Amino acid sequence: MAPHRSWIDRSAPLPGCPGVRGVDVTRESWRRAALDLAAAGGRLISLWADADPPVAHAAIQCDATLMVLQLSLPDARTAYPSLADVHPVAQRMQRAAADITGIRSTDEDTRPWVRHAAWPAEYVPLGRAPAPVSGPQTVADAYSFRRVAGDGVHEIPVGPVHAGIIEPGHFRFSVVGEKVLKLEERLGYVHKGIEQRFTQLAARDGHRLAARVSGDSAVAFSWAYCQAFEGLCGHAPPPRATWLRALALESERIANHLGDLGALGNDAGFAFGLAQFSRLKELWLRALHAALGQRYLLDYVVPGGVARDPAPDALAALVERARDTAHIAARIREIYDEHEGVRDRFVGAGTVAPELAKQLGLVGFAGRASGQDQDLRVDLPCAPYAELQVKRAVRVEGDVAARAAVRFDELAESLRLVEEIATRLPAGACASAAGEPLQGTGIGLVEGWRGPTMVALAVGPQGSIRRCHPHDPSWQNWPVLEHAIIGNIVPDFPLINKSFNLSYSGHDL
Amino acid sequence: MWKTLHQIARVGIVTEPAPDSDEALRVRATLQKEILAIMGRALTVRQIDAGSCNGCELEIHALNNPVYNIEGLGIRFVASPRHADLLLVTGPVSRNMELALKRTYDATPDPKLVVAVGDCGCTGGIFGENYASAGRVANVIPVDVAVPGCPPTPQRILAAILTAISASSKQGDQAT
Repeated sequence: MAPHRSWIDRSAPLPGCPGVRGVDVTRESWRRAALDLAAAGGRLISLWADADPPVAHAAIQCDATLMVLQLSLPDARTAYPSLADVHPVAQRMQRAAADITGIRSTDEDTRPWVRHAAWPAEYVPLGRAPAPVSGPQTVADAYSFRRVAGDGVHEIPVGPVHAGIIEPGHFRFSVVGEKVLKLEERLGYVHKGIEQRFTQLAARDGHRLAARVSGDSAVAFSWAYCQAFEGLCGHAPPPRATWLRALALESERIANHLGDLGALGNDAGFAFGLAQFSRLKELWLRALHAALGQRYLLDYVVPGGVARDPAPDALAALVERARDTAHIAARIREIYDEHEGVRDRFVGAGTVAPELAKQLGLVGFAGRASGQDQDLRVDLPCAPYAELQVKRAVRVEGDVAARAAVRFDELAESLRLVEEIATRLPAGACASAAGEPLQGTGIGLVEGWRGPTMVALAVGPQGSIRRCHPHDPSWQNWPVLEHAIIGNIVPDFPLINKSFNLSYSGHDL
Repeated sequence: MWKTLHQIARVGIVTEPAPDSDEALRVRATLQKEILAIMGRALTVRQIDAGSCNGCELEIHALNNPVYNIEGLGIRFVASPRHADLLLVTGPVSRNMELALKRTYDATPDPKLVVAVGDCGCTGGIFGENYASAGRVANVIPVDVAVPGCPPTPQRILAAILTAISASSKQGDQAT
């Protein structure tokens, strides 16, 4: 029997998304389990910790199973074994976990990640001690960047305030001439205490905060949250609700791909693309507003179902808009493909080869553009995706052109799905009362537009939130961006960065 | 090339009329006459995300689309605070961004205007104030106009910008 099977055999199902199971491990078997699952192709979805009692968690997807390893620690000072050598993406998650829970891994990189200079190192945001009184910020954070030395090497610091309508973060480029030798990211600027805030809310209200973890992924996060919450309630939302959630999730994917495909054209100096796609996006948002009541679906997915059943004529108008969008997007794709300037900027820029993507754990559409063909809508489908037969989009070139191509393919597929969902929408209620959650931990996991989006929800007494950890796929992809830029020129960074379009808020929490 | 031109011609001009300014959004009204005299009818805007969930940024982006066509009104987003007349700030202001926001404000030449965007920029929103969040934008820098919404629509954000640069009916009010 393959070693990873033995972990699955001794695990028990957890409430929430399909295929989620939990297993208690010891400090000795934590790494053994991670290694066995990795050997069977497992990828790390998320790693997080609890402060009190001290527990480390790792969620690893292996085929159609999401295995959650739970390691209880004897006290908060005992470090848990680092998984950074098994899954490099674990490193920053471990550093962030140390910042907010005080629970440390054995990894050698002990630099703080989301904690800058704004609160003292002794303060544990998820601990029991009260927050220190903070006066106005007067000192900037001193962070030890890894230095590159040599003749002609110099550094370009960028951010946190960027030269555009973008979220804040800091990029430290080490360059020779225009060529980038190294990029080091410094994130955490928009850390606003989301995980602490969750513990002040009732579990039945947490979906609103989940939707605001990363506004561009509101449906993905609120759906994942509701999966976990409804799992703990033992409640299955009515079929019409799950189909409408899928409609909302695909609509979110459409809106984001439309926005980014236009921005990619613009970053390649082709303003026509931005004008065309931003108009299509605006029309899409207006059709969504008419059908589902919101342009951005921050309050659409609610415990038990969805907030609004679309009127038949508005739904028909949305389908008509989807058809028109598909038609025009295909026409603009042809123009992009034939445009010499666009091809010149897209092809070969920011390449992440499939082997590197696999090693670093690249996920979502960016992973699929580098040969990593996982898509939870196919591999681990929650209702109604098993009935929808989503066609996955995969490329192997791993450059900006491949990421744009995957986005074009996924845009077309999501527009098709909108029509299919609208046509086959089951009759009945669009929500039903979820009831009260039991104490325990539930896990939600959906394939958001950016990639696997997870929420771990631990409910305490009287329906309170004991702990909630939302996980954005940007955690996986930010470190890969550092590799994608190596050897490229500085002026290509905005284009390469946009081709991934990672979330700062979803990462910084 | 003809495909590109054909598509441009097929779409045509889609820009809609701009919304009116809205006095209800004004937080404070000082120095309006002096500011207007200097700025005239052209305005440069620097957007600062001081901690938002990125929802407000999506709607601010929309101002540049052909439907709202903010540049057609003489309003332009610029890359540096040194070039800006108005700061468009989303929140809540994270404590990790507090200093960067203050420095950006200080780097913006006087006279300057500040518009706080979104429920979080106006009040701290669902995140409120905690060890990592300083709450509303006005807790950190002076705010002239605040537009609520989660996120506010592009029309409302545009109305807020137009309110900031229009003469106030509350001229001479004290800052709040």
